[in-house]
Amino acid sequence: MSREDYEVIIGLEVHAELSTKTKIFCSCPTEFGGAPNTHTCPICMAMPGTLPVLNEKVVEYAVKAGLATNCEISKNSKNDRKNYYYPDLPKSYQISQYDKPLCENGEVEIETKDGKKTIRIERIHIEEDAGKLNHDDFGGGSLVDLNRAGVPLIETVSRPDMRSAEEAENYLRKLKSIFEYIEVSDCKMQEGSLRADVNVSVRKKGDTKLGTRTEMKNMNSFKSIVRAIDYEAERQIDVIENGGKIYQETLRWDDVSGKTFSMRDKEDAQDYRYFPDPDLVAIKLSEEYIQNIKNSLPELPESRKQRYLEEYKLSEKDAKLITSSKYLSDLFEEATAICNNAKAVNNWIISDISKILNENEMEPVQIPFNSKQLAKLIILIDKGTISSSIGKKVLAELFNNPRDPEEIIKEKGWIQISDEGAIKDVVLKVLKANPQSIEDYKGGKDKALGFLIGQAMKETKGKANPQMLNKMFLEELKK
Amino acid sequence: MNITELTVHELQEKLKNKELTITEITKAYTDRINEKEKDVQAFVTTLTDTALRESEEIQTKVEKGELTGEFAGIPIGIKDNMCTKGIKTTCSSRMLENFIAPYDATVVEKLNKENMINLGKLNMDEFAMGASTEYSYFKKTRNPWNLNKVPGGSSGGSAAAVAANMVPWALGSDTGGSIRQPSSFCGVVGLKPTYGLVSRYGLVAFASSLDQIGPITKDVYDSAMLLNLISGYDEKDTTSSDRKKVDYTKCLKNNVKGLKIGVAKEFFGEGINKEVKSSLQRAIETYKNLGAEIEEFSLDIAQYALATYYIVACAEASSNLGRFDGIRYGYRTKEFKNLRDLYKKSRSEGFGPEVKRRIILGTYVLSSGYYDAYYKKAQQVRTLVMNEFDKAFEKYDVILTPTSPTVAFDIGSKSNNPLEMYLSDICTVSLNIAGLPGISIPCGIDKTGMPIGMQLIGNKFEEETILNAAYTFEQATKFREKYKPGI
Repeated sequence: MSREDYEVIIGLEVHAELSTKTKIFCSCPTEFGGAPNTHTCPICMAMPGTLPVLNEKVVEYAVKAGLATNCEISKNSKNDRKNYYYPDLPKSYQISQYDKPLCENGEVEIETKDGKKTIRIERIHIEEDAGKLNHDDFGGGSLVDLNRAGVPLIETVSRPDMRSAEEAENYLRKLKSIFEYIEVSDCKMQEGSLRADVNVSVRKKGDTKLGTRTEMKNMNSFKSIVRAIDYEAERQIDVIENGGKIYQETLRWDDVSGKTFSMRDKEDAQDYRYFPDPDLVAIKLSEEYIQNIKNSLPELPESRKQRYLEEYKLSEKDAKLITSSKYLSDLFEEATAICNNAKAVNNWIISDISKILNENEMEPVQIPFNSKQLAKLIILIDKGTISSSIGKKVLAELFNNPRDPEEIIKEKGWIQISDEGAIKDVVLKVLKANPQSIEDYKGGKDKALGFLIGQAMKETKGKANPQMLNKMFLEELKK
Repeated sequence: MNITELTVHELQEKLKNKELTITEITKAYTDRINEKEKDVQAFVTTLTDTALRESEEIQTKVEKGELTGEFAGIPIGIKDNMCTKGIKTTCSSRMLENFIAPYDATVVEKLNKENMINLGKLNMDEFAMGASTEYSYFKKTRNPWNLNKVPGGSSGGSAAAVAANMVPWALGSDTGGSIRQPSSFCGVVGLKPTYGLVSRYGLVAFASSLDQIGPITKDVYDSAMLLNLISGYDEKDTTSSDRKKVDYTKCLKNNVKGLKIGVAKEFFGEGINKEVKSSLQRAIETYKNLGAEIEEFSLDIAQYALATYYIVACAEASSNLGRFDGIRYGYRTKEFKNLRDLYKKSRSEGFGPEVKRRIILGTYVLSSGYYDAYYKKAQQVRTLVMNEFDKAFEKYDVILTPTSPTVAFDIGSKSNNPLEMYLSDICTVSLNIAGLPGISIPCGIDKTGMPIGMQLIGNKFEEETILNAAYTFEQATKFREKYKPGI
């Protein structure tokens, strides 16, 4: 059988760190970074005798996430202990939710090459993050940093509804954009605040039973996820084709070699001994509480996209790209409100800005300049103060060292020359130096005009007003 | 006047009348500790030097009028499983032999706010697991009535220290009887409050859904006063109750006329010592004479409480004690090959046999495949126990039982027989399972001169009812005036 005879089945468990100010069970800051063990207290260090107190914001954020992904919200929920030993888990149990998650049975819609597809969400539950081990900076040993211990997470578990790496990527992008929109998580993948456990299995097309799955934990880049799924699916198909068997196990994806490796002994199956945490009371939510959160939900990407199509007449493709990120979408709306030129803002975002983000593997949130600065750039072009080619240089400068574009062009001497006398001098100078081009033009070669304008631009270091150049060359050539 | 024989309310009276000073009181206690500790072995850590220093500071402040609280300068002893900032909290375990908490338990904070004086940290069964205080890693506390007998447990150090007049009163903790049973063995008053009445923050957890801190005192009035000090909602403990605070001394009416007392016959059956039974019968007669209405009834479900208790308590303990892994604090083995080895050796060497036994039991009942048969079933029985008590309290104000089936036993007689040791909790565990309050007060002595305890059980948050019933009995029988420990 060949690769085409198989179907790949993918399910994702997505962990998003919530952007609450304080941790889930104590009042330590959730802020990323900080010297090791400075964002800690007796509670998140699991000192004997300490007790957890559930941060109400965490429940609110999780309910928001559930509502935004069309989940049912449980009015009666609870916290459970997941027991296992590891040095980054100071209590030796993680407080999570086992059989009564806050949110259940949701779904989101993604785009696939065959059109729209619904990915079902089994559950969203709240839990605490673990600390971190620093292995390298000490002579041989490992050091425990508990700054991250107790940072709130929501875990969103999908049904095994995805059939390709692309679908998995689109689903994760969709979740990311929803969480950004409702402002429950900053979803900074590079800081680990959004990461996914990827479950992959394969089966022969037409089979109804799921194959044995493997799990790749803590993946935090779209690129790696796509590569890892493709690799793992291939590997499983190879094993099966060669008469082998797939074992349910946890794998580690190695980005450098582009391969997966077995992490745990197969016999060493974990028994987490879940049981209700007796230190915490049950979580009871009223209908009114849930309704209030529902009413406060901001506009979600899908509806924003629709609005862009109608209100700004953006193309489907552009609207989708811009609304895929709350950050881009806010940038678009804010800049448009200032410069009143939606089309220009759209063009800058989908072409030049996106290009720079891609080249540098940056997330939209990492854009260093603000909407005011982008709007100013567009206004300067619209007024003719700079040309659009200078505009590109200004944009590069905004990425480099963001400041008022007006300041940039003054400092760099990039103000467009629109003085008729000055432009005429340049035109005459270029014509004098290129008699052949005049001949060509008059002989019917229109291209020669472009060449002349180019020469004039070169002469003015791109600062000449291109419309005026065009007009003046035509006048001179007619003479 | 023998200062250390006085109750706290008597001490307060003497302070008020300027018959005594704070320094004199503290000095009397530190002298008593220095004299008797070698016999009783009640303390893991004594704080006699700092206590004297503090008493002088407080005395000066009181004289200057800077301090006016009625508990300022009153000494106390604290069971060694409540965290005290800057002072070792060992839980009588090798695991925490040198552990100093960076914070105070809520109850300790409350005592400090009153400017009370901590005389020291009291011995206990390791991590509060035991009924004789023999499972302490450091020492075996002795019963002040007979030094060859155990003081009971796990709050054996607290009960023995109060009985031996080494502290005027003490804090204990009770997960299955750990305040009431040693109070019974030592002839003192021990109260386990309703679950949620006293904050557990800073109490090193044994079984979170059962643990409760409470007073061990010389008499019922002191019990009510100490309960006043430690009870109340704490935002650091979400299982604590936010009901309105009451003054428990106000309910001590010395009157039980018309009080409905249920006597649960299951607590007077097989396994209950004859002398204990007859002492309780006399107590029942006393109540009748005082005008209470006594009725025998059946609390059938109680027979399942002990099994339920050991499943729930061990399950929670196995998880609660996971944090003692040798990584951040506490005992760490000297040599290890890898992480697994570090865990295994640190925990094997740091915990004693009873703690290990319960961790293994608890791990087992939570394991996949056994959870439903044990833990889940136990929780279901727990609900039945609660329902049964609810029904009983529709008819009765108080339920009367022995505190323990026996009087204090000989040191060494049960420490190698865990099952027999567990039976010592048979009368007390059902209250923890149901979250109910219970008080143990002395009701007589057996022919060997060892005290016998009576347990009065109240409905949830009905501490006032059992305190008044206990107080009325105490006033009628005057146990303290008739009997004194040999020490």
